[in-house]
Amino acid sequence: MIHLEILGRVDQTTLPIALPLAAGEVRAGFPSPADDYLEQELDLVAHLIQHPSATFYMRAKGASMVRDGIYDGDLLIVDRSLDPKDGDVLVISVDGELTCKRLGKIGNLPHLLPANPSFQPIPLEGADCQVWGVVTHNVHALRRGVAR
Amino acid sequence: MIALVDCNNFYVSCERVFRPDLEKCPVGVLSNNDGCVVARSAEIKALGVAMGAPAHQIDPRIKRQCVLLSSNYALYGDMSRRVTDVYSHYTPDIDVYSIDESFLGFDGFEEKTLVDRCLALRRHVRRDTGIPVSVGLSSSKTLAKLANHLAKKQPAYQGVAMLPPDHPSTRQVLERLPLTEIWGVAGRTAAKLQQLGIHSAWDLREADPKRIRTLFSVVLERTIWELRGVDCIPLDDMAQPKQQIMTSRSFGRLTGHVNDLREAVRAHASRGAEKLRGQSSLARALMVFVKTNPFRADLPQYSRSVLVPLPHPTDDSRVIVRTAIAGLRAIYRPGFAYQKCGVMLTDLCDREGEQLDMMVEQQGIRERIRNGSLMATLDKLNREHGRGTVTVGIASKNAAWHLRGERRTPRYTTRWDELPLVKL
Repeated sequence: MIHLEILGRVDQTTLPIALPLAAGEVRAGFPSPADDYLEQELDLVAHLIQHPSATFYMRAKGASMVRDGIYDGDLLIVDRSLDPKDGDVLVISVDGELTCKRLGKIGNLPHLLPANPSFQPIPLEGADCQVWGVVTHNVHALRRGVAR
Repeated sequence: MIALVDCNNFYVSCERVFRPDLEKCPVGVLSNNDGCVVARSAEIKALGVAMGAPAHQIDPRIKRQCVLLSSNYALYGDMSRRVTDVYSHYTPDIDVYSIDESFLGFDGFEEKTLVDRCLALRRHVRRDTGIPVSVGLSSSKTLAKLANHLAKKQPAYQGVAMLPPDHPSTRQVLERLPLTEIWGVAGRTAAKLQQLGIHSAWDLREADPKRIRTLFSVVLERTIWELRGVDCIPLDDMAQPKQQIMTSRSFGRLTGHVNDLREAVRAHASRGAEKLRGQSSLARALMVFVKTNPFRADLPQYSRSVLVPLPHPTDDSRVIVRTAIAGLRAIYRPGFAYQKCGVMLTDLCDREGEQLDMMVEQQGIRERIRNGSLMATLDKLNREHGRGTVTVGIASKNAAWHLRGERRTPRYTTRWDELPLVKL
């Protein structure tokens, strides 16, 4: 049994927001006394994205990360401003190609770890690679025909 | 102190963020109908491909080694906005000078902290956006520009150079600097100065300002003061980079009315188009920007720009005004007190060198001649009867951007169906 908690109403009245517009540049003037009683509408973009000017959306292609829950066609949210830590899922350029893998160690050596037994880990030592950004979220559509 | 921050090979750098395979490879970006090269990587410069070179005239042996891309203005505009967003973490005082150059004001910051501050800014922009920038610091815009040049050319500076106006090192730099390297000093002026025994930037700095004003102009007198570290040339009067025409002015008073902004943008666009025709150039794209007054901390702040390609290289006031108004519509937000707006015509090319692209051919030679004479009449009326006698007033809603752009990369950051692909 999965326990579900209702967080609030999904706001359907606001205009669709493209990422660049979601920086929240509008600042209010004097606070109104009514503010304390007004519930905020939940803004998913503002909730998930901490660094708008450093955040990019990318499309996942392939099958090497299925056991980490990333499937072909999923939408990745990538933050370039974060320092990669052991265990992070990264977008990384390897030999000039952008790829997505988990950063981990085998023995004491850093590797890019696929999450699918039919793929091999990639040792980072001596590889021509550059971290592009840290994947903070993966948007995976569960219903056929919905946006993804 | 003032910093001039400049994105290195901006269009190419934007492409490389999403195409790491293009790193270290000779890359050129072509104008929006694939006519000529408007941006070059260091590697393609080294191969001898000139700025503005028509693509079809590049030696095929060299061309084979290069990657030539169509311009992707949606991407460049979005990346430019991201870069400017990062600047705003460092100072509220930002003046966009071109698509890839901004002046940052650091009044009230301690001078000895500024180099470190700008090194941090540079790392921050690179990390967040992938774009490399160079920073030149000094107390005037002219010296900041020279410092920026040093930062770019000499690796020892690590991308940030400071020229304190009265420091011996600044003297050394100015003594070695030819006159034509100074912002706003053209070849003819330089030749005349040399007859007076003024050969280097340092010589000009030491010249008598009054004498220079009498012999040349107020503008050149101001350059002397600028070289001495006095910031006295307003941004709107700065000599323009060859590839752009900027027309902007601050409003007399702050305004939130869309009509005021629309009128101003219309006027700036018309004036820009007039300048364009005056120098026999065509523009391929334009940028519109609006900003509030950063020094009014009591008011909500907003600053935004948008880059819009023109349907074809043009000097036609009607097309330029219409495009600028469409750009304004995309960035205007109600509820702010705007201080300034402007229009920048960019990626210019010579009218003579313009290639007839399909759009223009369709437009028909006869109509082009008629338009040409209409524009000439318009300029004549404005010249003889005062600026603004005849202006372009009707804005049509049909702004269909029809670009050739066969080799355009995806609009990675502004279209859901063109996001960058990551291999799993």
